[in-house]
Amino acid sequence: MERFSLDAAHLLAGGMVLVSFMMLYQNRILGLLNVFAAHAVVLSLSVAWQAYVQSAPHLFVTAAIALILKAIIIPVALHHMVLRLGVHRDIETVGGIGPTMLMGIGLVALSMVVMLPAAAEADPIAREDLALALSVILLGLLIMVTRQNAISQIVGFMSLENGLVLAATGARGMPLVVEISVAFSVLVAFIVIGVFLFRIRERFDTIDTQALDDFREGRE
Amino acid sequence: MSALLHMLPFAPIDALLVVPGIAALLLALIPQYRLGARVNMLASGITFLFALTLLIERPDPTVSFLFVDDLNVVFVVLGTFVGFTTSIFSASYIGHEIEIGRLKPGYIRFYHGMYQALSFSMNLGLTANNIGLMWVAVELATLTTVLMVGLYRTQAALEAAWKYFILGSVGIALALFGTILIYMAARPVIGEGHDAMVWTTLIANASKFSPELLNVAFVFLMLGYGTKVGLAPLHAWLPDAHAEGPTPISAVLSGLLLNVALYALLRFKMLLAANPLAVAPGPLLVTLGLVSLIFAAFMLYLRRDIKRLFAYSSIEHMGLIAFAFGMGGPLANFAGLLHMTMHSLTKSAIFFAVGQVAQVKGTQKIADIRGLTESHPTLGWSLVVGVAAIAGLPPMGIFTSEFLLVSSTFARQPLLAIPLVIGLLLAFGALIWRLTGVAFGKPSPSVVDAGRPPSMVPLIIHLVLVLIAGLYLPGPLVAWFQNVARMLG
Repeated sequence: MERFSLDAAHLLAGGMVLVSFMMLYQNRILGLLNVFAAHAVVLSLSVAWQAYVQSAPHLFVTAAIALILKAIIIPVALHHMVLRLGVHRDIETVGGIGPTMLMGIGLVALSMVVMLPAAAEADPIAREDLALALSVILLGLLIMVTRQNAISQIVGFMSLENGLVLAATGARGMPLVVEISVAFSVLVAFIVIGVFLFRIRERFDTIDTQALDDFREGRE
Repeated sequence: MSALLHMLPFAPIDALLVVPGIAALLLALIPQYRLGARVNMLASGITFLFALTLLIERPDPTVSFLFVDDLNVVFVVLGTFVGFTTSIFSASYIGHEIEIGRLKPGYIRFYHGMYQALSFSMNLGLTANNIGLMWVAVELATLTTVLMVGLYRTQAALEAAWKYFILGSVGIALALFGTILIYMAARPVIGEGHDAMVWTTLIANASKFSPELLNVAFVFLMLGYGTKVGLAPLHAWLPDAHAEGPTPISAVLSGLLLNVALYALLRFKMLLAANPLAVAPGPLLVTLGLVSLIFAAFMLYLRRDIKRLFAYSSIEHMGLIAFAFGMGGPLANFAGLLHMTMHSLTKSAIFFAVGQVAQVKGTQKIADIRGLTESHPTLGWSLVVGVAAIAGLPPMGIFTSEFLLVSSTFARQPLLAIPLVIGLLLAFGALIWRLTGVAFGKPSPSVVDAGRPPSMVPLIIHLVLVLIAGLYLPGPLVAWFQNVARMLG
């Protein structure tokens, strides 16, 4: 049982790293949103598993927040926004899929090299979780820097935040986890509302499809 | 006095949170500009008075989630003081912005409410006895300032807010990972649960923590909170946020928020210093500090926007302060503390002046502002005094702290003193060069009807304090700073 709980935790955390990689090469915004929803589902499963293994019922709250807010509400809201802003047909230059994936692999290797020896004294479930969580965080950063438009950057930031929640729940008995995950949700909600209400169209201007269409019409 | 404090229904330290908290809710309901500004001033003043009482009496750390020691009381008193004087400045400044139609009256409730929410979160961050709570407070402070930076709703303001938001959030996220690692390091020693995040227990047991985990944690904390301090190369949000937001917020950002992040960094530096096996945090801070100093000094020559100019000057000075604390030792720490205090006072005074300059000249472009001492003597000469102070001319307080820093560095690490002096001289040259253009020569045209001039009182109080500190530091203050300098190691 001990062994199984360990393996299941690693499987779920590793699954998050895998989904992070899938996000790296999505060059359509809607595809990116779908993969992000999958990321949040895996996170929610992972947190729920930790809650069960650690018999820490309050973590189920965190799992529920992850599922409802990040896997359903936010992707749906962003989906609507993308359609409204009319950027869903755009193809983003992700800066070469090959090099980006290689950099991602490099970052995962880096986090293993850094975290595994540093956390050698921690219990194995936390140690590997921490290394995988750091991978998710670094991959989230990579998504943010390789993307050009605001919504993709938000998605990158949210995947980074998922990595943090994974790390916090892996740290057995850590207080304030629920509070911190709520605080982070507020932060994300602010970002989404910010884009939505104030129409931060920064960088959208250059890929405004409406403008492009007008231009074509004028020429033909 | 002490007996009087006991008669209050709540502890003075709780008042630091309760007063701004209630005021924020109240101000969110007051649409009238004048009334709102008065309540804002009153609440900030009361908060400052309660902060002063902490000098006399400390709460018992075992019963509260807040605590006060010699280190954070300096930050709290300085922060609430600048918060109070800025609220006085803001009252007249924002009134003018509404008159000229730059700020819509509808945003007044929002602005004042956020001002107090910012005060709340900064006091919480400075007094929290729990590293998780401290993190939440810094996050809250980031959110409130982001909203304030975007207040004018112009394209540039929104872009600045967005940039600040994204970079600030990444910084905050990295700091949280560092915080989790500190908990992981503390758990085997202290045990599970809240105690392993309480600052006072952490520092008491730090020598038994796993040094490897502490090292990794510090890297993340330094990158995370360092972003908020504005250390190069993590500074990109700072100039935009300063230039595009309302001027009172620029003053609060430079005078307060950077200090709160610096305080968090210092706390974790103390934690690492308490563990003999962990890597020494000093050299990392020294490197980041020097990079910020030199980089900002060069960038000062290229600025065309006056608020951006002083934002880069803030990066330069935060670099100096990080350098001082990184050097460590009683003298350099003393210089760092003094420099931080003087920088907060001087920089907010400069922003008070710059805000008015931008109003009377109707522009923030340095090239379009000339001959201030002739067209607006009081304002012009105040700016001259402020810039002379920030550039480090004697007899102002910043000269004292920079002199202490340079001389102590020469005594211990002469090689490090060379880039330090070069950076200082470069920045000095840039500031004086810009100042002569702005302050002297043939005046550029002013806005005809600039309305009632904003209050000069906060500006003058700040500059007089900086001058006094340069001429004479009172004995008790010196003893206090020396004590804190020893604490910092």
